[in-house]
Amino acid sequence: MQYTPMKDSPASPTPPAAFWRELRKALPADGLLVKPGDLGAYECDGLTVYKARPLAVALPRTREQVGAVLRICNRHAVPVVARGGGTSLSGGALPRTDGIVLSLARLNRILAIDPENQTARLEPGVRNLAVSEAAAAYGLFYAPDPSSQIACTIGGNIAENAGGVHCLKYGLTVHNVLAVKMFTSDGVLHELGGPTAEGPLDLLALVVGSEGLLGVVVEATVQLKPKPQAVVALLAAFRSLEQAAGAVSAVIAAGIVPAGLELMDRLAIQAAGAYTGQHYPPGTEAVVLAEVDGDDGTCALEYAHLRAILKAQKAFALDEARTSEERRLLWAGRKSAFPAVGRLAPDYYCMDGTIPRRALVEVLAQIAVLSAQYGLPVANVFHAGDGNLHPLILYDARRPGELARVEQLGGDILKLCLAHGGTISGEHGVGVEKLDGMCAQFTPAELVAFHALKAAFDPYELLNRGKAIPTPARCVEPGGMHVHGGRVPFGHLERY
Amino acid sequence: MTSHTEAVEQVCATVQTAYERGTPLEIVGSGSRRHWGREPIGEPLVLASYRGIVAYEPSEYVITVRAGTPIADIEAAVAAHGQTLAAELPRGAGPSTIGGAVALGLTGPSRPYAGSLRDAILGARIVTGTGQLLRFGGQVLKNVAGFDVSRLMVGAYGTLGVLMEVSLRLHPQPEESAVCVLACDWATARSRLLGWTGRLPLTGACYYEGRLHVRLGGRAAAIGRAVQEIGGETGSADTFFALRDLRLDALGVPPAALWRLLVPPAAPLDPPASVVDWGGAQRFWATQEPAGVVHALAARLGGQAVRLAGADRQEDVWAAPAPATMALYGRVKAVLDPRHILNRGRLSARW
Repeated sequence: MQYTPMKDSPASPTPPAAFWRELRKALPADGLLVKPGDLGAYECDGLTVYKARPLAVALPRTREQVGAVLRICNRHAVPVVARGGGTSLSGGALPRTDGIVLSLARLNRILAIDPENQTARLEPGVRNLAVSEAAAAYGLFYAPDPSSQIACTIGGNIAENAGGVHCLKYGLTVHNVLAVKMFTSDGVLHELGGPTAEGPLDLLALVVGSEGLLGVVVEATVQLKPKPQAVVALLAAFRSLEQAAGAVSAVIAAGIVPAGLELMDRLAIQAAGAYTGQHYPPGTEAVVLAEVDGDDGTCALEYAHLRAILKAQKAFALDEARTSEERRLLWAGRKSAFPAVGRLAPDYYCMDGTIPRRALVEVLAQIAVLSAQYGLPVANVFHAGDGNLHPLILYDARRPGELARVEQLGGDILKLCLAHGGTISGEHGVGVEKLDGMCAQFTPAELVAFHALKAAFDPYELLNRGKAIPTPARCVEPGGMHVHGGRVPFGHLERY
Repeated sequence: MTSHTEAVEQVCATVQTAYERGTPLEIVGSGSRRHWGREPIGEPLVLASYRGIVAYEPSEYVITVRAGTPIADIEAAVAAHGQTLAAELPRGAGPSTIGGAVALGLTGPSRPYAGSLRDAILGARIVTGTGQLLRFGGQVLKNVAGFDVSRLMVGAYGTLGVLMEVSLRLHPQPEESAVCVLACDWATARSRLLGWTGRLPLTGACYYEGRLHVRLGGRAAAIGRAVQEIGGETGSADTFFALRDLRLDALGVPPAALWRLLVPPAAPLDPPASVVDWGGAQRFWATQEPAGVVHALAARLGGQAVRLAGADRQEDVWAAPAPATMALYGRVKAVLDPRHILNRGRLSARW
C-alpha cells in the first residue's frame, strides 16, 4: 500500500483572497453563502449533536459549476463537504470549519423518466420521493425508500447506500443505481456503470455507499420497477419482545421474502401511539409489521403463509390493511417512530448495527440488559427482516457526562453486533460517529487499503476529510472498541 | 481446518514472493474458462483444492464458501434445504468454481428478475497483490461500513485480488418452473414482456430465431395461471441452462468472437444479435467484425460491448473509457495489485 496515514485530519490553512474571487466568479450571484446568519442552516445534518460552521456554502445550479467549484477547491487545497438534503444520521454532511459545503440542492431536475426501459435519469438534488411520484404516472416506482424520503436526495442516497423499509425485497441503493456521472475532487468528470450497472472494474459499487469520500455525483441513472398489482400489510401484536423477534426469524426461515418486515418494541409503540393516536391492543409488548406484494395470486398465497406463521408464533392479535389508506394508517406508527420517540426524552442516539436474523432474540435481550446496566432507556424500532437494528438510546445531553455514557453504551451495542457476526452500520453510514467502531470491525491493514482507495480518487483528501474511515493511528487498540470516557470523537467541535 | 489455514498462508506467501520478484501469477480455479478474456500469462496459482463450505445457516439464506468450490457443489448443498443461489451462475465444461464465477462476473438469464451476482455478494476475503489477506463486507444483508471492495471483485477477472472466500445471498427454490415459447417478432416479444414484468413470476426471457422463450418460477398455483396467460408452446428448461452456460447453438461458433452487448432493453435489434437475453438488456453477438466496430455499435445503442471470447486473445474485454477514467481504473488497480502480479493482462492490455 502506498498510502502514508495522516494524523487525525489536520486543519487546512485559511484560503487566500484569490480562492474567494474565483469561487464568486464560478457561481451564480446568489450561489455563495458566507454570512454567519446564512450558514447556520448548514452547520449540521440529521445527527444534530455534531455541529460545525463552514467557511462558506456553494450553491451551484449546473454540473459545470460543480466541476468549477471542485477545481478551485483542489487548486487551493480547501476541503469540501458535499450535501444533499442534509438528512444523514451519521454526520455525512457535517461541515468542516476549514472548508466549504457544496450543496447539490439546486441540481434538482428529473432529466428523464424512460418507461420503456424502466429507468430515470436524475440530477443529484432530486428528492427520493419525487422520483417515485414522477414514475407513478407510468405504473413504476423507485424502490429504496429511507424514512427521510420526503427530504433526502438521490445524491445523498448514493453516498450513503440508503435502504429503507422495502429493501429486504427490492434491494438497497447499490442494487437500484445503474450508472453515475461523477466528479473526482480534481474536477474531472467520470462515467461509471451502464445499462446493466457493469463496467471494466465495478467502481460504481465502490462509489455507492462511499459517504462522499470518493467523488461528487452530478447525474444518476436509476432502475425503476413496476408497481406491484397487490399489496397487503399486516400488524401482528405479541406479548413479549422475544416472541416477536422469534416470529421474524421464523418468517425468514420459511423462505418468505416480504416487501417489508419491521419490529417495534413497547417503548416505541407507546411513543408512536401517543404521537399518531394509533391504538395497539392492550398487553402488547412488541409488534411486527409485515407487507407482502406481487401479482394477485402470489400475494394471496404469501399472505396466507405469512399469517399462519405469525399465528403459530403466538401473535395474539392480527390486523390487516388492504387499501392504500388502510396501509398508510397501519404504517403511520412505524414511519413516525423516530420523531415519536424523540418526544420521550430531550435527546436520542440512533444506532444502526446489523446482525444475522437468527440472533435477533439473543441480541435484543442483551441490549435490554445493557440498557438496564447503564440506566439509559433504549427503544427498538427497526428493519427486522434484514437484521438491521435501530436501538434508540434516550438521554438528556444537558446532563454532564451523559452523552459520553450514551456513546459508551452505543459502543457496547455495536460490539454485541460484531460478536454475532454483524456490522456496525447497516444503512446510516459511519460518518463521524462510528469511526471507533470501524477500528473494531476492520484490521489496520484493511483500513490502510480503504485510505489507499480514497487516495486513488482523492489524493489530497479534500472530500469529506476525516469521515467514514478512521486513520489507523486512531485505532490505538487494534481489534478493540476504542471509546475512552471523556474522549469523544471530534472533541474540537462545538456540541449543543 | 488447519490445512485450510495453511492453504491461505501459502497463497499469501506465493503472492508475496511473486510481488517481490515482479513475476505474474495466473489464478486458476478448475480451468474450465481459461479461454475467456485475454491470454492468461504467469505461473499458475491453483485454487481448486481450496474448496468447501465455511458457513451455512439455512434459516439465514446466506452461505460462505471457499473460492475453489464448484458452483454445482454449492447448488447441491443449498438445494437440500430448498434453496438456490440468488444469482444464476454460468459455468463451463468441468467443475467451474465460484471463484471463477466472481472473476468473470456473469449472471445467467434470471438477472433482470432476481438480480446479478454482484447484487448477491455480501462479503469476501481476498489476498491482495502484495500478499495481504483482507476481509471486506460480511454475512449480513445490509452493511455500509467501509468501501464495498467485495463487489469490486465481480467481473475484475481476478486482477484486483485472489478471491479466497465469498459470502452469497440465497433465495428459496421456486416450487415449480415452466417454460413457454412463442413465435413472434422482437417488437411484439418486447411489448408482451413489458406487460408481464412485475405481474407474472418471470425468471428468464430470451429471444432468438424468431421465438420468445419465457421461463417462470414460483408458487405452483401462480405458475399455472401464468402459463395460461402467456400461452404458446411448452418449452424446455434446458434452453435456459444452455444459454446460462453460453453453449446454446444459436450463440454461434468460432472463428466468430462472442460479444455481450449491454444496452437499454428497448434499444432496436440492430445489429441482429444472435441471442437476446435479460428481456432485451443483454444481446449476444457472434461476429468477426473488428472490436472497434462492435464498440461503436454498442455505443450507438446507448450501451457497452464486452468481449467474452474469440481467436484473437490480444483484444481488451472492454472498450477503453475516457483517458482520465482509465487512469482512475489504473490507480484503483495499483492500490490492490501495485506490481500487476495478478492475472496480468487478462482483462486489459494495460495491466
